Parts: sequence; C-alpha cells; structure tokens
Amino acid sequence: MSRIERFLPRRHLTPVSANTTPAQDNASVRLDTEDAPAIAVERLCKQYRTHWAVDDVNFIVPKGWTVGLLGGNGAGKTTTIAMIMGLVVPSFGRAMVLGHDMATERHKVLSRMNFESPYVALPGRLTVRQNLMVFGRLYGVANLKARIEELIEDFELGDVLDRVTGRLSAGQKTRVAVAKALINDPEVLLLDEPTASLDPDRAAWVRSRLRAYQKRRGATVLLSSHNMTEVEQLCDFVVIMSHGRVVAMGRPGELAERFKCRDLDEVFIYLARVA
Amino acid sequence: MTQSLNRIAAMTARYYYILRSSSLRLLEIIYWPAMQMLVWGFLYTYLYDSKSAMASTAGLLLGAVLLWDVLFRGQLGFTFTFLEEIWSRNLANLMMSPLQPFELAASLMLMSLIRLVIGTLPVMLLTFVLFGFNVFAMGPGLIVFFLNLVLTSWAIGLVVAGLVIRQGFGAESLAYSIMIVLLPLCCVYYPVAALPLWLHPVAWSLTPTYVFEGMRAVLLDGTFRTDLMIECLALNAVYLGMGFTTFVALLQSARHKGGLLTMGE
Repeated sequence: MSRIERFLPRRHLTPVSANTTPAQDNASVRLDTEDAPAIAVERLCKQYRTHWAVDDVNFIVPKGWTVGLLGGNGAGKTTTIAMIMGLVVPSFGRAMVLGHDMATERHKVLSRMNFESPYVALPGRLTVRQNLMVFGRLYGVANLKARIEELIEDFELGDVLDRVTGRLSAGQKTRVAVAKALINDPEVLLLDEPTASLDPDRAAWVRSRLRAYQKRRGATVLLSSHNMTEVEQLCDFVVIMSHGRVVAMGRPGELAERFKCRDLDEVFIYLARVA
Repeated sequence: MTQSLNRIAAMTARYYYILRSSSLRLLEIIYWPAMQMLVWGFLYTYLYDSKSAMASTAGLLLGAVLLWDVLFRGQLGFTFTFLEEIWSRNLANLMMSPLQPFELAASLMLMSLIRLVIGTLPVMLLTFVLFGFNVFAMGPGLIVFFLNLVLTSWAIGLVVAGLVIRQGFGAESLAYSIMIVLLPLCCVYYPVAALPLWLHPVAWSLTPTYVFEGMRAVLLDGTFRTDLMIECLALNAVYLGMGFTTFVALLQSARHKGGLLTMGE
C-alpha cells in the first residue's frame, strides 16, 4: 500500500469491477503501451479542498469507439475530461491516453488528440482562416493549406473564412471550433457538449460530420452531452456519472433494458433522481 | 527543433494578427510613451535653458525616462500579450495543443520586443526632433542597456503571467503595478548613493540599477562601465531562469488547482 493510499478512504481501494463489458476492466489490460486502449481512466479522483469532484472513476475506451460521458450538472464530467486532457492533475489515480499518463507525459501525445469545449473559445479577434492557420501550425499539420480547404468544405466555412471569429453566430462559432478540433486529424477526440448552442437542424448536421469523421479516421471519441438523442445516435457505449462517481455503464440499448426504461433519456432522469 | 520554431512562429503570428487588427491598439502602444516624453521633454528644455546647476544634468532625466520606458513597456508588452489569451478564453486551447511552456514564453518575448520597437523607436526620434536630445549618442552602450532592461522585463513578465495563471484575474492588476515597486529602488533618476546605506544591497540586487548607473557614467563622464554591464547580464541570466522556473511551477500548480479549463470566464 502506497503512502497516498493510506490516506485515502477505504472505498478508493476497492478493486475495479468488471461487470457489463470488457471495456470496463482496467486490471486485465496493459495501460502503458502503444497497444493500450485509447483512453484508460484508473481510480481517478479529484479533490477540491474537502469536496471530491471525481471519486474513484474507472473506465476504458478502446480504440475506434465513441463513448458518451453523461451526468447532470456537477456530476464530474468536465473535471474527468479535463484530467483526461491533462489540464487538471488528479489527486489520485491516473488518466492515460494512447498509453501515456496525462499528468506526466501529456506532451508525448497532445499532437495526436484534440478537443472542443464550450468553456473554451477561439481567439475572437482573429479571422476563421487565421485561427485555423495558427492551430494547424501549433499541431504541426503537414499540408496545412490542403487540410484547411478540406475542413472548409466539410464544415461549409467558405462564407465565414475571412470574418472575425468573435463576430460569428453561436452556430458558426461551434462549426469553427469543431473544425479546429479536427485540424490535426486526431486519433482521440474529446468533445464537451459539441452541439449545445445549435438548433436541432444544425446539431444533426454537425453530428453527421462528426460521425463521418469518426468512421473515416477510425478515431476514438469521448463525448459529454446532455442531449440523449445525440448520445444514442453517436455512442457505442455510455458512462453515466453522478456526484463524481460512475453510477452506470453500458451500451445505450442495454442500459434502457437494465433500468426498465423506454430510452436513455428516462435512464438519465431515473439515475439522476435515485443517485 | 523545427517543430518548436514553427510553434513559436505560429504564436507570434497569432499575436501579430491581433496587433494588426486594430489601429487603435497600435496607436496606444505609441501614445503613452509619447505623452510621457512630451512632459519630461518640456521639463528638460526648461532646465536646459535656465542655465542653473540643474542644466548639466537635464539630459540624464530624458535618458532615464527613455530607458525606464524600455523596462516598463517591455514588461507590459509581455504581460498584456499573455493576458490576451485569458481575455479570449483561449488558454486551454493552447495548453491542450503541443505548445510547450518555453515556446509560449519565447513567442511572448518576441512580441514584447516587437511592441517595444513600435513604441519606443518613434518616441526616441521624437525626443531628438523636438528637444534635441539624441539617445543614440550613448553609442553601442545603448544596445547593452536596452538588452539588459528587456531581459529584466521578461523575467518579471514571466512571474506575472504565472501568477495570473495560478490566481486568475485577481493577479491581473500586477501587470500594471509591479514595476512601480521597483521605481524607487532601482535608482532611475538618482544615483545609488542617494539611497540610505541599508537600501544599497537591495538596489544592487536589482538589474535596472546597473543600467541606470551605467547610463549616468556614459552621460556624465563619457565612460562605459563594462564591469557593471557584465554583472547585470549575469544577474539577468539568473533572474530569467528564475522567472521561467516560477512560470512553469505556477502553471503546474494551476493544473493541480484545476482552473485552467475555465480561466477567463
């Protein structure tokens, strides 16, 4: 038992359970190799003063899967994603991406991943083209001009390309932010409520683009969303959090069946109330 | 290495785009130093014409104002360019990209230099045209003074940027106020001898003191104090190293505290 473990509550030391899918059992998988899963979250905890924002979270996302991370406000999704991105250092446990510990080795893997979040904005004073150029160069994208042309076509950005990003509508900004998230053709894509500010038509359009990208690239996607229809359409697997802990995992259809609900929406509401 | 240079170039381009996007911003960079120079320039003219005992030292005043501005504007240029990332809620995008802390620091340094040249060069020319004071008369020593002051301004800028990352907007006012603490101690307008004896070690621990003493030696005695400048450069190398270490430590601390994602909200 390590020094840290001696100070942790007993519940943090309980073994990882392997219940509904093989994707959950971290213990049987080597997490620190190139063959490692795209994302592996192992006994992840984050404490802010006396409050455990994330409390003993475990899950694995195999390469090429799209996994939904769900939960109400304050459930710990954003903190979990921030630890997976390496922006927040865990109090205990670890978040691995493509075999690298994000607390200590993030720079080895950052060029192979990307993210989009409503908490983060692209520089508003730069034009869309300038933003894509800057981020493309930061990610070391080869044939950047050609890549930008592809994204312009995929996300229909031609009409806003030379406009200042800060003056775009919310929907246009989201399209640009998603284009930025795909600029380096990432193997691992983290999306925090990617369609939150879009009307249903535009949201469906962005979803279709994301699905097409995921299929073409074989990318791994971790998606946080409050839109259950979106999650059902995009995700192979779902992890539901409440009060910093994982309260359920499974394929969307299985979860509905397990909790005797009609759909994921009902499962979400049921778990939010019970938890 | 090439990747690293490419990222520094990308960040510098990003800051250059911002600067280029607003002529008001460009004007602002020149405005404050120019106004300050006008005030001190007229005082210089008055003292020079008065034939008083002060007349012989009037040039020192303008030299000191110009060099102090290099230090002050250098730090402001560094810190404000960094604050742009906080104001635009872009910091997490950068922290999630392959950009390394030293690359971010290097691009901020470059931008501080660009802003400094834009801000001080016209003012130096203005001083010559309006008041007949030629700062370039200090000779090649001016380059060494400039270099030392810029290095100091970057060291301070790194600490302020780190504090803003760690403490959030609460530390933003440091960008304006931190240099004022140095003003009385680094003997801009008077020699170290004017300070009480117990403050001498403090003054000599500050790199600008060496520059301003060096400037007085050039303007009053016509001698360039190489010894002072070597000590100053050595001290600056230490401070710059300490500044960068502090920046990285505060960044790491912010990752523990968990504020990077929502910074700027």
